[in-house]
Amino acid sequence: MKIANKKVTAERLVRDALEKAKHFADYNIFTFLNEEGALEKAREIDAKIARGEEVGRLAGVPYALKDNFLSPEGQTAAASHILEGFVSPVTATAVEKLEAEGAIMVGRTNMDAFAHGSSTENSYFGPTHNACDKERVAGGSSGGSAVAVALDIVEFATGTDTGGSIRQPASFNGVYGLKPTYGTISRYGVVAMASSTDCIGFFTKTPDDMNLLMEIASGQDEKDLTTLPDYYDNAGAKKITKVGIIKDFDNNSVHPEIRKALQNKIELLKSKGYEIVDLEMPALKYALAAYYIIVPAEVASNLSRYDGVRYGFRSEKSEDLDALYKNTRGEGFMPENKRRIMIGNFVLSSGFYDAYFLKAAKARTLIVQEYTKAFEKCDFILSPVTPNPAFKLGEKTSDPVTMYLEDAMTVPLNLAGVPGLTIPAGKTEDGVALGLQLIGPRRSDKNLIEFSKELI
Amino acid sequence: MEIKREDIIHLADLSDFSLSESEITSLGQDLQGIIGYISQLEELDTDNTKPTYQVFEMENVWRADEILPQDATREELLALTKEEKDNQIKVPKVL
Repeated sequence: MKIANKKVTAERLVRDALEKAKHFADYNIFTFLNEEGALEKAREIDAKIARGEEVGRLAGVPYALKDNFLSPEGQTAAASHILEGFVSPVTATAVEKLEAEGAIMVGRTNMDAFAHGSSTENSYFGPTHNACDKERVAGGSSGGSAVAVALDIVEFATGTDTGGSIRQPASFNGVYGLKPTYGTISRYGVVAMASSTDCIGFFTKTPDDMNLLMEIASGQDEKDLTTLPDYYDNAGAKKITKVGIIKDFDNNSVHPEIRKALQNKIELLKSKGYEIVDLEMPALKYALAAYYIIVPAEVASNLSRYDGVRYGFRSEKSEDLDALYKNTRGEGFMPENKRRIMIGNFVLSSGFYDAYFLKAAKARTLIVQEYTKAFEKCDFILSPVTPNPAFKLGEKTSDPVTMYLEDAMTVPLNLAGVPGLTIPAGKTEDGVALGLQLIGPRRSDKNLIEFSKELI
Repeated sequence: MEIKREDIIHLADLSDFSLSESEITSLGQDLQGIIGYISQLEELDTDNTKPTYQVFEMENVWRADEILPQDATREELLALTKEEKDNQIKVPKVL
């Protein structure tokens, strides 16, 4: 990526990014442009460089921040109405680490409100458009971040992935997108969706950029006790010889051009001497149902904090406190937020807990075991990211289950906590970007990123 | 199972939402479809399978019981609310 130095100033890099952001304004990528703040930081870095002082590994690199990362620059609304006006006094650990290396946030990116969605159409700010075809969705929930990188506005962007929210938009826009092993990057200061599956990750244009960002952002954080001790290195790396293909995903419900893209990469791997292993993972068929029980249950709990009392939007027409809660939440949440909260309360309520939540938690065990068994037979898995390429805006908004079905191949990784990297895989005949995901065992992230170069 | 109008009202109450009449109808249809989909888990044999609630490899991460410096001050936090009086958050009457 382009880094500021004596020849190229940080101010030049930031001005270019801001100009491009404005040029592509009709894609609705950003919810906030950090013009003054970004230029001020750029000048500070340029002054340091001029004085010959040491600067960070991301000196002057413009980046885009998904709107669910807390920082005092701009409001952190998670593209919702209920967090409108919330300017955070605290900063997410991931943001602190990036900025400590000199990265400069030029804008906050659009997303499905509270990361509930697969198309960025559930945003309070309206949908983001696909980088390749403006009639199509950007994917989601990190749609704005994916398009900001795909249109070359910024060098990289942050994302969150609870069930595919990085990998799917990366695939829909033709960039790299990593969901790391659960616990790799601190979740402190990121708006919680489902605490047992939420992961922080990035969108980049190259595997090397991804590796650099992971080196910077990963690591244990005393503010998030579910962060793993530092492991992001090559210590456990083994030589890759076998790549698995999930036979259960090779059927007519997968779009022919995605199957063709997968076949092309399989041939490429074979030509390089890798052994291809067929995997049967029958429990994955149930991952989506388990996901849409477990995640709404955690969502219902995590989103109970938004009540209009302490921060964000407050409904003005409430006579008593109970009405204030009910009106604020009724007016402040998007329909998809309401669906998920209500489903969560349904699966957790007495009488339904055993049949739904407990059953899904048991299904989760089977899914975890299936990955463990798979990685006894192969080193990495290559899989489609989604059954279909980016769909048309409005095509799936009338039926939530149709939208959920697009997540069938991304959610199993989150339930198991394993890493997945979306790699670009060409385009359809209509010019729509295609991607595939490389899946590895827990803590194989660095090796996974390195191996993705074999597929270029 | 069939999701009735009173089920939606009950779930909205558990969720602390007020819903309009049109939302009760549309969310009823949506939730019927979603619950229909997730109910397919019934087919999966989970006898003798233990539940998994988290996939973090570690348990019981302890730290010393000490007050750590906070990232935000009382003033900064109070500044986020709509109405403040005497260093307290002001809300409508409770009863």
